[in-house]
Parts: sequence; structure tokens; C-alpha cells
Amino acid sequence: MTSKEKTWKEASPAGVCWKSSRTYLTGDWKTYTPVRDVAKCTKCLQCTIFCPDGAIHWNEGKGDIEFDLNFCKGCGICANECPPKAIVMKIE
Amino acid sequence: MKSVVKQEFQGLNGDEAVALAVKQSDVDVVAAYPITPQTIIVEKLSEYVANGEVETEYVCTESEHSAMAACLAASATGARVFTATASAGLALMHEMLFVTSGCRAPVVMAVANRALSAPLNIHGDHSDAMAERDSGWIQIYAENAQEVYDSTIQAFRIAEHLDVQLPVMVGLDGFIVSHTLENVRVLEDDVVKEFVKTRQFPVVLTHEGKTVPFKLDPDTPMTMGPVALQNYYFEFKRQQEEAMKNALEVIEQIHAEYAQLTGRSYGDGLIEKYKTEDAEIVIICVGSTAGTVKTVVDELRNSGVKAGLLRIRTYRPFPVKELVERLGKVKAVAVMDRSMSFGGNGGAVFHEVRHGLYDAASHPYIVNYIYGLGGRDTSPTQIRKIFEDLQKMLQTKQIGDLVRYVGLRE
Repeated sequence: MTSKEKTWKEASPAGVCWKSSRTYLTGDWKTYTPVRDVAKCTKCLQCTIFCPDGAIHWNEGKGDIEFDLNFCKGCGICANECPPKAIVMKIE
Repeated sequence: MKSVVKQEFQGLNGDEAVALAVKQSDVDVVAAYPITPQTIIVEKLSEYVANGEVETEYVCTESEHSAMAACLAASATGARVFTATASAGLALMHEMLFVTSGCRAPVVMAVANRALSAPLNIHGDHSDAMAERDSGWIQIYAENAQEVYDSTIQAFRIAEHLDVQLPVMVGLDGFIVSHTLENVRVLEDDVVKEFVKTRQFPVVLTHEGKTVPFKLDPDTPMTMGPVALQNYYFEFKRQQEEAMKNALEVIEQIHAEYAQLTGRSYGDGLIEKYKTEDAEIVIICVGSTAGTVKTVVDELRNSGVKAGLLRIRTYRPFPVKELVERLGKVKAVAVMDRSMSFGGNGGAVFHEVRHGLYDAASHPYIVNYIYGLGGRDTSPTQIRKIFEDLQKMLQTKQIGDLVRYVGLRE
């Protein structure tokens, strides 16, 4: 624990979160990383729907999906659900 | 002292007194599951709702665990919430009691204290609530229907106080108080409403960096009771302990404010002392048995025996300092427990009292009497015998058995 942690007098009651979960990067928990074969991907967006961490986004500007590896926990659900099998999980 | 407000006598049993107090206290949500000897409370409340006499939302749940979950959720949105239970119902709530206190939800609950199975027993003792003493709830035990009415009204103010923000249990002895018809002085609706006020909220810092009232609101979202592991859990528990310490003062304050309004008081709201100023032998007890003890104390005083009673009204937080101060010159103490702590060398009240006395200037003889389990009657004769035991202790200077049993076939 660092000295930046709040004391019991400073913390909000009942564990009310004073930081957003966006600042809590859970991506470093993973063992496997999703790797996409762009040639196979049909951009059906099934992966964005199935990702339990909301770590795959549709980027309107690029007209493509993107993985947010800061939050991907490497569960592999995207690879499992991908209809053309364009995603494979590779060990980090 | 101001003249007290207008009140009228109503014939009410303890359960009805609770229901009336809740009706008058502007409660938003009641979520409950009926169980003997608490059933009359929820029957009455559902009647009030059905008749349109209150604006309370009544939620019928499928179990007490769900009842407390619903109470917590409603309370988290900012509602004033009440429920009632007893015995197995309270035991089934066990998990949610900790979640409710941990979420700092000021829920008020009446517990019509009843024995726990097995063997099955529906009658009054304190086994149910004493088993929940570490659940983070404030515990107030009433002596009679009048005190149940008064304590229920006070409980909302205590629970919702900004320095407390903890749930409160009001205990009434099953059947002895819950089902016995008594004359209860009742306040007018407006007076109660003015006393309980509307719920107040502390402000908290949320993940959006905003400082907002501590309640769930779509405009100011927040997360309550999330995961807090090795890094933070401990800090939140320490906060609860601080709130309990604050509650000691708050209970006294609100009790005094209510006494000013109604002319009724129960000691200082924490401990009621009865003829203890010069007492040499004292009984300490909780709940309705105090009434019987008072009668015996009067008798003994008439025959020149310096007997007294200390009734613990607030068991959690336990008023250690106040207890030690009030025991002053007492030479022998009998602590009466209406529940057992198996293998614990005495009951829950005994443990607290004896522990508290360690730091006292003088140490009286102190013994424990387990009594009235499963609703067994405790008579004035038995109380007299306890005082005789204490007198004998002073004469012989021998304590004898530390833990004794009242009215048990030996």
C-alpha cells in the first residue's frame, strides 16, 4: 500500500467509489492477448457485443474495431464467438 | 422544562405500538415477512397501507433475507425504511444485516425477541438479537409497550443522524411485550412527523469528482458497497466503529429531546438506573424483566435493603463509561442474561459488564444469572432470591458459582 491511499477518516462511507473504474487498469491481469487477422475479419461486431469488459470498440473514424488492452483480461470469449475465427488468443 | 405536548391513552400491545409509531414516522418503504411474535406489526402496517392511511410502499417478500435486501435497496435510494422480524427470521437476515450496516443504510427494524430452534420455541428470549450483536446494528431494548412506541420514533432520528448513519434494531420481548395490552400514551401525528423530520444525507465524493448527497440518484450516480479487498476493507470497518461511538452521544441527545417533548425518559437513553444512588446490591438486566426487578427493589427498600437496578437500554453501542460511573459504590452485582453464549462462561450482557468493570476504581462481586429461556416466566420470588444471593455473598465474601440458572429444574 502506498501513502497515497486514503485513511479511514478520508475515505467516503460505505465504500462509495471516489475514482472511476476507468482509472483502474485491469488489462495487466491477462495471460492471453487477442490477435486479429484483419483479412478474415468481416467487422460483424459480434466481439464488441460479447466482450464482458467492453474492451473492444467500434471506431467510427477508422471504420474499424479496436481492442483496448488496458481493460482486456484475456478471457478469449471474442475468439470463441468470432464467426469467421479471425481472432486467436496468443500467450503474452 | 417546557410543558409536554398533548397525548392520549390508547390500549396497545407492543406490536401495535411499533406499528403506530411507524405509521406516524412518515416511513416511505416497509419490506417484511411475517413471523411470530412480530406478525401483528406487519399485519397492522399492511392494514394502514390497504386503508390508504399512509403513503408507505409495502413490499411483500418471500423471505426475511429478501426483506432486508429490499430494505437496504430502498434505503440506498434515500427512502426512510422500516421492517420487523424475530428469531429464525432475524437469523435468516444475518448476511444482509452486515451488508446493510456496511452500506451505512439507516434502516429501522423492530425485533420481537424470540428463542431460536431447536427445540422449536416461539416464546420470548434474547437469543435472536444477541446472536447479531456484532452485525453493526445499534440495539435498543425496550421494557414495555410505551417504551417500544417511544424508542421506535427515536430510532429513525438516531439511524439517520449525520454522525451515525447506521441501522437500528428496537427489541421488544416476544409475547411479554409484543402481545400484552397496555395503556400507551400516544402523540399526535403532526408532532411525531415534526420530531422525526425528513431524512438527512451526508455528502460524499463520487467517481465523477462531485460532492453529492449520499443516495442513489440517476443524476448523480455512485457506487455503494463495492469490492474492497486488503487495501480498503479495514478502513471501512473502522468507520463503522466510529459511527457506533458517535451513536452513544446521539442516542442520549435524541432521547433528551424526546423527553423534553413528551415528559418521558428512560434513564439517559443508554442506561436506566433505579434506586442505585446508595445501592449496595444491584441487578443489571435488559428488557421487560426490569419491570419485575423494580417491584422487588421497592419491596426490599421498604425493608431497609439497599437494592437497585441498572437496566441496559442501549446494548450496542455498549455504554461502558456510563455503566462504570453508575456502579459507583455497589458491592455486589447480578447480571441477568436471557440468552446463552454456549461455552462462553456467561451470557452476552455479563461479558460486557464484567469487561467494562476491569477499568473501574473498585470491583464489586459480579455473577451471572441465565434466566427465562424459551419464554420461561421469571417471578418476583426468583428475583428476591437473586438479591438474597448477593447479600449472602457480601456476608460470606464468597462468590460461589460464577454462572447460575434461574428457574431451571436441577
